[in-house]
Amino acid sequence: MNPLNKSIVQTELDRFLNREVYLHLETTNGAYAVHRQESNMTVGAYIRNGLIRFGRGIITGAGPYRVGLKMEIGWVYAEGLTDYEIDPEGRLLLAGHDQEGRLAVALELSLSPFEL
Amino acid sequence: MEEHVLVVFPHPDDETFGCGGTIAQFTKSRVPVTYVCGTLGQMGRNMGRPLFANRESLPIVREAELETACQALGIQRLIQLGLRDKTIEFEDPELLTDRLEQIILEVKPSLVLTHYPGYAVHPDHNALGEVTIRAVSRLSPQERPTVYVHAFARDCQDQLGKPDIINDISDVAEIKLAAIRAHRSQSQVILPRLSNGQFKNPSSKNSYNHMLTRESFWIYRFS
Repeated sequence: MNPLNKSIVQTELDRFLNREVYLHLETTNGAYAVHRQESNMTVGAYIRNGLIRFGRGIITGAGPYRVGLKMEIGWVYAEGLTDYEIDPEGRLLLAGHDQEGRLAVALELSLSPFEL
Repeated sequence: MEEHVLVVFPHPDDETFGCGGTIAQFTKSRVPVTYVCGTLGQMGRNMGRPLFANRESLPIVREAELETACQALGIQRLIQLGLRDKTIEFEDPELLTDRLEQIILEVKPSLVLTHYPGYAVHPDHNALGEVTIRAVSRLSPQERPTVYVHAFARDCQDQLGKPDIINDISDVAEIKLAAIRAHRSQSQVILPRLSNGQFKNPSSKNSYNHMLTRESFWIYRFS
């Protein structure tokens, strides 16, 4: 992945407008958060292969970045995004990594289902 | 002397961090070791430093790392269950128990290494340890292999007492370190802490300080 380039990512988001799109959306502080420090709370959520369609998709912020995808009856939102990649299958991969390079948030879009 | 050791853990690297030294001691003394690995650690957070993996490439990276680590530890046979990271506790436990039972009947281990259900922190560890113990408990008491369970929850010694086995692994520390290095995407963050000697300092509160000197297990007691 490379440091997120806002204008490239905006062009990429536009490529997915008004189409059936497979979504991977995730946030996590790791299964060991409480184990490492008891005052922490282990939290995380992920959706793999949510099938969505959005008519407006925007990246904003000065880094780390935020993305909002506006659907007919709802929203997809992620914040803390730092890196991006368009992989060989043409999928848009966005992620936020902490200072030690650990993934904390991910938002990915694909025209075909992600592998299980 | 064990005849065959069956190791059952959910994530590539669990075998190395938790009991790589113990595995290496078995394989060094020519005891065959079979490793059942549940998932490819698809949801791991460590992506390498500098980043060389992403959420989609991580399982491919980790599968290759797993093969290299198995070679380093002398593990002869790797069986992948093909499950997905973080989902084991939501699978049908009966189906998983059936699969583990089939593997146990085929491999006929004299010893099984797995996580101690309830004391292994990660939900996948607890879930796979539990179905492994269920599978072993389907055998008659005479047929059952010994089961060493690995636990590292903060309160495990309060709840369980001292470990039954405290295994000195210093003679195979280099082999364990090679396996840790093989899991490059997952170990880069902790390697500096291992190599600057913190692991040797008994007064260090660093949780890695015993990683290359000893490994502990409880012997599971079937009721």
